[in-house]
Amino acid sequence: MAQEEQSSRSIYTDLDDTSSEEEIDKWQRTFRLWRETLQEHWGMLTDELSVKLSMLTVAGFMLIAIFAPFIATHQPLQRQYQGEAGIIIDKWVEPSLLGADTQYLLGTTAEGFDIFSQLIYGTRAALLVGLIAAFFTAGIGTLVGLVAGYYGGKVDDALMRIVDFLYGMPLLPTVIVLVAVLGPDLWNIILALIILQWRSTARVIRSQSLSLRERPFVKAAQVAGAGDWHIISRHLAPNVLPMTFLYGSFGIAWAILAEAGISFIGLGDPNTVSWGTMLQASRAYSALSFGAWWWFVPPGLCIGLLVISGFLIGRGYEEITNPKIQ
Amino acid sequence: MSGNDVLLEVDDLKKHFKVNQGWIASLMESFGSGEPDYVHAVDGVSFELREGETLGLAGESGCGKTTTGMSLVKLHDPTAGDIVYDDTRLSEASDAEIKQFRQNAQMIFQDPFESLNPRMTVYDTVAEPLRIHDIRNETARVQRALEFAELLPAEQYFDQYPHELSGGQRQRVAIARALVLDPDFIVADEPVSMLDVSLRAGVLSLLDRMTDEFGLSVVYISHDLSLLRHMCDRLAIMYMGKIVEKGPTDQIIENPQHPYTQALINAVPVPDPAVGRDRVELQGEVGDVIDIPTGCRFKNRCSEYIGDVCDQVVPPLEAKTDFEQDIACHLYDSAEGYDPYQDMTGSPSASETGEEPESTPADD
Repeated sequence: MAQEEQSSRSIYTDLDDTSSEEEIDKWQRTFRLWRETLQEHWGMLTDELSVKLSMLTVAGFMLIAIFAPFIATHQPLQRQYQGEAGIIIDKWVEPSLLGADTQYLLGTTAEGFDIFSQLIYGTRAALLVGLIAAFFTAGIGTLVGLVAGYYGGKVDDALMRIVDFLYGMPLLPTVIVLVAVLGPDLWNIILALIILQWRSTARVIRSQSLSLRERPFVKAAQVAGAGDWHIISRHLAPNVLPMTFLYGSFGIAWAILAEAGISFIGLGDPNTVSWGTMLQASRAYSALSFGAWWWFVPPGLCIGLLVISGFLIGRGYEEITNPKIQ
Repeated sequence: MSGNDVLLEVDDLKKHFKVNQGWIASLMESFGSGEPDYVHAVDGVSFELREGETLGLAGESGCGKTTTGMSLVKLHDPTAGDIVYDDTRLSEASDAEIKQFRQNAQMIFQDPFESLNPRMTVYDTVAEPLRIHDIRNETARVQRALEFAELLPAEQYFDQYPHELSGGQRQRVAIARALVLDPDFIVADEPVSMLDVSLRAGVLSLLDRMTDEFGLSVVYISHDLSLLRHMCDRLAIMYMGKIVEKGPTDQIIENPQHPYTQALINAVPVPDPAVGRDRVELQGEVGDVIDIPTGCRFKNRCSEYIGDVCDQVVPPLEAKTDFEQDIACHLYDSAEGYDPYQDMTGSPSASETGEEPESTPADD
């Protein structure tokens, strides 16, 4: 074989095909490099005060969501009765926080629900929607974008026409139709948000991989004989991953806001408490005109706080991935 | 040199790129309105590469030299023609044979800032070809390759990312990556043109050493004739997708015959103010590679234009009676008795398609 002749003129002749002892463990190495990269990014991210505060806020909300049953003083969807006579409470009870002589920290709603407990349990719904929707939108969008951008041609055309079609779908009518068909359930709202949200991630990731696949390092891998999947996973994906994280973190805030909006117009899940359904109920009972501000201010504040935190984290990460913004 | 065995033979290679690839344009085409346009990047190139030989491909920007190089390592599928490697025609090769070819053909790219993945360490970059081909003894091989590329001590570079390296170091990493599979031949596409002048000499001597110690066949692609003269055994000058002159380096540099080659060599500065030369300056721009002109592609810029034969008959690349090199020009008499004037009365449209007698590659 020509192969044999060639090997006589090579610097590798004395190396046989058995593994030697000095071999570097691949997985250990990969793990160490990943840890170093993440540490570096984490360090840059938490360097900024606003990002640090936002992370603390999100962490606080997460703890509240996890330990909701221990923090909440009442069942969120259980009507509160006063006295042993079993009389339903008055229109609403003022919060004990303001000095009223009741056992309800933030008062009750007109339906007789404890507002503090609703607020605590509402954190669960908000984070559930935000995290799951963001995870799937970033995941699906990245995968579709990578495949469309790398293969190009007909695959790209087909996938991008789907994205164009989704861009034509407005948020609320789509949710109304989906909820009407599938029933008003929190999971159906999450599904609708995922369907409508992955389009923008897919477009951005596609344009990135379109330019990445023409770069010489991808050509070098092709020359070495790398397959399509190898190139997508080793060369394209690591280079678009910061963008994926960025869209994921913005996606959390967007999904929470969208869920609150959907619940506010009355398409929310009646069996779960979310900040949006609380706002909707307060509007239905005209809490604003009766001056019962303790009903709608707390959920509004919580939505604002969580959404702003999400955006600030995303913004901070954007500065790492795109130094031009700084 | 390890004998005169032909390692790689390029047989009338053509690579045309389609213009207007949008889906509306292709829809229009399928309804019959308008023919697709093609860029004739490489249009009938033939040469062979012997074991241990270095061949230079020269020409100005856009003459198709990089496309030729990329076709050699199968980054492009040729539109027509074929590449024969080790008695295997690549267009008919089985998957296993392609894999074998991939292991033995490597490429070094022009821009070391673009040819390394910014998110991969030096070790992973160099080890990647080994992992693709499932070759054992990864660490030792990577270390040897880096040491050969004079990145010492090699361990110190293992965990570095490309942005931590200088341009010269990056190009050395790229060379180590090309060498780690122990290839038979390498295409080096302008390997030093993006480097600082101070670093070029070092990288060039590394490339020189690489050719010697690995017994490699190398195709150098460059517009820099003085570099090619230093590095190459043979030269091929390209113009608009065709080779216009091909032969031993010294012969072409000292005694260029094709008017285009003469102009190119004339443009190389001579480091001696006392040397007076007749300047042959090229007029105009490279012609349209979409609507290929009839006859000789160089006719509009040629200082030796001799009339209708240049306008109508494509000059084949062939051995000429008085010269060692092959020349594609009507100024000189064919060694094999081909008479271009016979083809003149024939329809000029035949020469447009580029399927005329020049397909016989002259053997030298």
